[in-house]
Amino acid sequence: MNGEPSLTYVYAVAGPVARLDEPLAGLRGVGGAPVARLSLPGAGQATPVFVTSQVPEGQWGEEALRSRFEDLDWLEATARAHHQVIQALAEHTVVLPLRMATLYQDVDRAREALREQQNTFAARLALLAHHTEYGVKVYIAPEAEAEAEAEAVAEVDTADSTPAPASAPSPGKAYLRARRAQHHAREDRYLQAGQAADRIAATAARYATHAVHHPAQTGPLSRGESGENVLNDAYLVPDDQAEDFRAALQQAGRDLPGIRIDITGPWAPYSFAMQPAPPTDPTDSPGARS
Amino acid sequence: MTLTEREQPLPGRQVALVDLLDRLLAGGVVITGDIVLSIADIDLVRISLRALVTSVTASGDPFALDGDPSVPDGDPFVPDGDPFVSEDRP
Repeated sequence: MNGEPSLTYVYAVAGPVARLDEPLAGLRGVGGAPVARLSLPGAGQATPVFVTSQVPEGQWGEEALRSRFEDLDWLEATARAHHQVIQALAEHTVVLPLRMATLYQDVDRAREALREQQNTFAARLALLAHHTEYGVKVYIAPEAEAEAEAEAVAEVDTADSTPAPASAPSPGKAYLRARRAQHHAREDRYLQAGQAADRIAATAARYATHAVHHPAQTGPLSRGESGENVLNDAYLVPDDQAEDFRAALQQAGRDLPGIRIDITGPWAPYSFAMQPAPPTDPTDSPGARS
Repeated sequence: MTLTEREQPLPGRQVALVDLLDRLLAGGVVITGDIVLSIADIDLVRISLRALVTSVTASGDPFALDGDPSVPDGDPFVPDGDPFVSEDRP
């Protein structure tokens, strides 16, 4: 870094290094930095390595980072750069992605962390070998929503929301009936979507060794999607099951009207990188499992 | 119904940012003992970022698999010396 103070950014732990150098050559990571592997001196080929970049301290120090994390453009660029490195690695070896923005003062500190935890890393990598993460998202299809919305608009035009007395003339009764029917239709739709999601999740789970339920994507970033996300799962699928996994999901969804299934991936095992917390551990947090 | 398959990597096709952040902000190994950053501070930032992906009201998962232990609501407490800490969904 030409004397400029730098920090060591760690993307991932990677498995046996045999074919690692070639994919790393020419790869650019966060902030356009070159990517290198960091090994323990004297370690064998089977020992896990860190995959790192040197990044300028002025841009990646604690203060700088805190404000940059608020910048969505920077966040996206950094997330994509991080992901690109992970993907490039995943094509060649087992990879254990680290949380974005894992930084050390220098290479020695990073190496120290690697040395301390190499056995844990190796064990986790062994579990993840020959497995791939897939995302499965279930949406209530937009056609149904549009229909419901159109009904809602019509309803606002025709009546206020005060319940009419039982003896009301037919327009009021008709309104109530229509409203009830609409309400039931909406409930049915959610009920059906829930059942469909259950069925899809159960099907996916048959081909997976682990599942993680991410919260449904309902925030501002998901607005571009058509339909409402009701299931957002990640599955860790053995590679020899991947085709059956996809085929089974297609089959499961066949008789489900108004439902859309998105399969994303293959992903590096981001959702499964953590170790399941031992159930007896008193410091165990309820979410700390894979 | 329709089934959309998104294969990555494909030329000219980008992973949806929302899916990426789902994984980058909640997934991955957290190594404690990092001397540069205060994990707690960063986690606070991450939690606010999570709101971009998941609205605050979307708590809990009505479609959780029976017996699956991976359901949310973790205190992102990080026990010292644990090499793998999964603060999952806030």
